[in-house]
Amino acid sequence: MSAAAALTAAPGRRHFRRFARLLLAAGLILGFGFARVSWETELTIAQRQAGFGGSPLGLDLRDRLGQTGFLAALSGFRGIVADILCIQAYAAWERVEWGRMNGLFQSATTLQPKSVFIWDLAGWHMAYNASRAAREDTRQPREALRIRAERQYAVIGRDFLERGLQHNPTAPVLYANLGAILRDKLGDPVAASRVFEKGARQPGAPGYLKRFAAYALAQAPGHEREAQAKLRALYDLDPKEHLPTLLRELRRLEEKLSLPAEQRIYKP
Amino acid sequence: MSATNGYRGFSPGRIFALARNTVTELVRQRVFYFLLLFALLLIGASVILIRFSFQDQFQMLKDISLGAMSIFSSLIAVLATAAMLPKDIEDRTIHTILAKPVPRYEYVLGRFLGIAALLALALVLMGLVFALVLAVREQAVETETLVELRALGGDAVAARIGELRASVFNPNLLAGLSLIYAKACVLAALTLLVSTFASSSIYTLLLMAMVYFIGHFQATAREYWQASSEAGGSALAKVFLALVSIVFPDLQIFNLVDEIVVGLAVPPALLGRTLALGGFYIAIYLCAAHFVFAQKEL
Repeated sequence: MSAAAALTAAPGRRHFRRFARLLLAAGLILGFGFARVSWETELTIAQRQAGFGGSPLGLDLRDRLGQTGFLAALSGFRGIVADILCIQAYAAWERVEWGRMNGLFQSATTLQPKSVFIWDLAGWHMAYNASRAAREDTRQPREALRIRAERQYAVIGRDFLERGLQHNPTAPVLYANLGAILRDKLGDPVAASRVFEKGARQPGAPGYLKRFAAYALAQAPGHEREAQAKLRALYDLDPKEHLPTLLRELRRLEEKLSLPAEQRIYKP
Repeated sequence: MSATNGYRGFSPGRIFALARNTVTELVRQRVFYFLLLFALLLIGASVILIRFSFQDQFQMLKDISLGAMSIFSSLIAVLATAAMLPKDIEDRTIHTILAKPVPRYEYVLGRFLGIAALLALALVLMGLVFALVLAVREQAVETETLVELRALGGDAVAARIGELRASVFNPNLLAGLSLIYAKACVLAALTLLVSTFASSSIYTLLLMAMVYFIGHFQATAREYWQASSEAGGSALAKVFLALVSIVFPDLQIFNLVDEIVVGLAVPPALLGRTLALGGFYIAIYLCAAHFVFAQKEL
């Protein structure tokens, strides 16, 4: 029946029709609602399995972000909020506020765990800039405490990169920077070598990671034979690998291990 | 009117005319002024982000651009749709249209398609502004890179330039744009439904603001509801969570842009399923809007 005909119908009947139509609309919404619950649940699971959706946001983040930031993050603007936090962290770095910078990066990485650059930036700032500033902190007269603070910041940087790798296990840049922190700031060349080696196996990894793995191991007492084998394998692999550092390290290790002449590159 | 007069119960031509008219009306209302704001936001952001490395600044720029596109498209969808029906009633345009006669479902469909076309146009224009800002920044960074690496060999420079170009444009961004569009269309269809029974456009806007926020928590409510169904819990809480899950749309399901920007590819099947869900939402909301509007006294 058309709208004009409906108007001429008896008021009771018209009200009934109107009510029936409203019920039909409500029924449609509710029926579709019931039907889509399992569809949406499956789709959400599929999205999470494909790496979408991010981590669940806890109440601790709400305290750190404030109500507006938390609401924005929950309303589908996690990326923008994370970027704003990165810009604030950059400003905190310029003002030498290391604690605040750490907190801001913790929030930014929670919001955007798939963003490699935020983990990388956080790890670098904490392990190098904050750590170096702690070492040179003129307000702390005791050197032992300055060294301890330096190491603590380096550990925070390492933790950022390790957590970043849990979320992005195929990101070579995170392996490269974690390896560098372990080697240069935490004095653990063996662990550094393992990390560089794992990074070298990732798709799109730069060629230098294999060399870095061997160089780091060459610095580890007790691992000279393993390091020499790695360096030699690289030497035999490609003439392009005959770089000055590789040749120097290989020569040093051959001499240190007193290898027989037929196993050496440099004959005594 | 009888079929012998050439009148057809369903006419794509009439729907198209209504859709075109909707676009013209909204363009005349200067809805595209927001583009100026969008361009200013992007240019401002690109200036602020200069201090970061090029990969970082391009990622942030993409985050900000797609976030702004999502906000603006959702705002246009809700604001333009909420005002449409009350305005037609107030101006009595609706009497002229429906007296043609145009069936009410054609009016609903035509108006919705007009809004959908406007949203597509808005996203294309924002996409062009975004591409332009990215291209300008890319040119600037490329020139800087060439100057900085002049001393190095051709291979190193080519590799760096290749890395730079790869970090600027990612074809997956198009999948992100399609999801932003789908979300805006779902919001427009729902706003149209609300406006068929709402007493004023203010009421529609307030209700839609609530729907927008609750829609982003719907997935959480649904998970709690499903978990409480298995593990027990208070009946009142279960009813409340069930109502939120069933009545409100899951808007969070369309928010895959954050991961797309950082380089994650959306599998085509997953994209298709998400867009299909959006299509179902729109179809159901338009049907419900028709049922309510068909009996509305004008």
